[in-house]
Amino acid sequence: MTVRLGDLALTRSGDKGNHVNLAVVAYSRENYDFLVDRLTEGLIAEYFADCRPTQVVRYLLPRVWSLNFLLYNALDGGASRSLRLDSQGKLFGVTAAELCLTGHHAFKSQEPDR
Amino acid sequence: MSSARTLRIGNGAGFLGDQLEAPSQLVADGGLDVLTLEYLAELTLSILASQRRQHPELGYARDFLTVLDDLAPQWVASRGPRIVTNAGGVHVGAAVRAAAEILRGQPGGEQCRVASVEGDDLTDRIDELLAAGCELAHQDTGQPLQELQKSGQPVVSAHAYLGADGIAEACRQEADIVITGRVADASLTVGPALAHFGWSSDDWDVLAGASVAGHLIECGAQVTGGYSVRWQDVELTAIGYPIAELNADGTCVITKPETSDGRVDRLSVVEQLLYEIGDPSCYLTPDVSVDMTTVEVTEMARNRVQVRSARGQPPPDSFKVSLAYADGYTASAQLLVAGRESIRKAERCAELIFARLGRQGLQFARQAHELLGTGRGLPGRPPLPEADPPELILRLAVQDPRREAVQQFTRQIAPLVTSGPAGIAGYAVARSPVRPVFAFWPTTIPREFVTPRITVRSAKEWGEQKLG
Repeated sequence: MTVRLGDLALTRSGDKGNHVNLAVVAYSRENYDFLVDRLTEGLIAEYFADCRPTQVVRYLLPRVWSLNFLLYNALDGGASRSLRLDSQGKLFGVTAAELCLTGHHAFKSQEPDR
Repeated sequence: MSSARTLRIGNGAGFLGDQLEAPSQLVADGGLDVLTLEYLAELTLSILASQRRQHPELGYARDFLTVLDDLAPQWVASRGPRIVTNAGGVHVGAAVRAAAEILRGQPGGEQCRVASVEGDDLTDRIDELLAAGCELAHQDTGQPLQELQKSGQPVVSAHAYLGADGIAEACRQEADIVITGRVADASLTVGPALAHFGWSSDDWDVLAGASVAGHLIECGAQVTGGYSVRWQDVELTAIGYPIAELNADGTCVITKPETSDGRVDRLSVVEQLLYEIGDPSCYLTPDVSVDMTTVEVTEMARNRVQVRSARGQPPPDSFKVSLAYADGYTASAQLLVAGRESIRKAERCAELIFARLGRQGLQFARQAHELLGTGRGLPGRPPLPEADPPELILRLAVQDPRREAVQQFTRQIAPLVTSGPAGIAGYAVARSPVRPVFAFWPTTIPREFVTPRITVRSAKEWGEQKLG
């Protein structure tokens, strides 16, 4: 059974110079634990391989059920030098949501709207 | 004189170009102690520096004057919130004088006190700093700055990210408006908080809490429902700009004006908490090193989210420096491509353009093209459709040290209308401008080389100063 990352967590990207930070905010504790286990640096590096990051580092914030990935040099020179329309990596957050993960658990997906 | 009363800080601008209506929304809501306005992204200073070179009286964020002009009548009359802004850009003095002039136009306005906080600008000190042993090496590559100078790529602007101290001092001297150059974004919040609460500048945990509050509101609507994958769940039209209610113990509540659109909830706060951070256990600011991994985020009520338990450590010995150097010229162009085999047609257009330039002997240091609408250039591997889209945008861009070469590139787009494939549109737009590239060089400088300079005067006194 596969599940989209976007069904387990909210994702958002930002830039720091030539690097991208990808925030993954899980919608539940169960989702967070699953992502800690499965959403590895290797998986993110492979999904974004065409951007040729020189390194991918993962940080954890368990109190807020979140993971923060740093994708070093994943931009085409950053906002100041990129030749691409998305010079600041704004799209990484939404494309990351389409990353598919395999797993066996039943997940709590998007929180119901209030 | 310090206070334990909760300090209400609203941020009415997340960047230069943000909604000009946002600050009045915040002020009209009432009850604000401080209004911050954040105008300086990574690149903004180099753009303002270039502007100042062409127009010596400019070099600051003119959006701020538009905002002040709009707010001034009510703000002066009702003694509105203290305004703290980095609108000074690369010409703090000019921004201060222009602001003072606007205030003098209001009854009672000439008594308002305006502060300038300077000392961040290192542009004219590069040689001095290098001679004193500062390498100003590139933070990622380790390359020393002197190599740049040898390759004929001059430094366009260099500014240290100052912290909260200068702003706090200006607040203690009862400035009604504080205008700075480059400061750390969160310091716009920490500065007035330091003055208000009388914290000492080594009270690391409360400084961490205030820095987190500042980080949460510094991007404006990004914490109140903007820039989110949950865009369909939130009314964004009259999105509220954020307010941090900061307490003496460093905890805060993030909220927004009650009647505004948008939404502040646990997720909107956490996604902004993580925005543009590296290692969350040591988020570095000039004032404190923040550990965000201890932070707790709790919804207290609708649109009220409490943030607490940030921990702090002493900040680094150096200031971050944003430095930009001249790196040639760039231009981009776009064409709409439609019809059968749109992808092959767009690729053929790109081929034709660069082949024709090649025949003139023109190659570019860097060139790229994208097929927008196919999904092929998207970062990552989202699922893509199999068939060619019925239409797509071909976007081309070049960078080169030679302005004329980039100019020639922009001239090769329009000829395709008669000498290229059919099914292309978008020639009727004006030829793309050629603009200079200001490349970013992140580096640091030991603290001892940088001293903030604070000057606080009434608007009347600013008008009486002779320009040196």
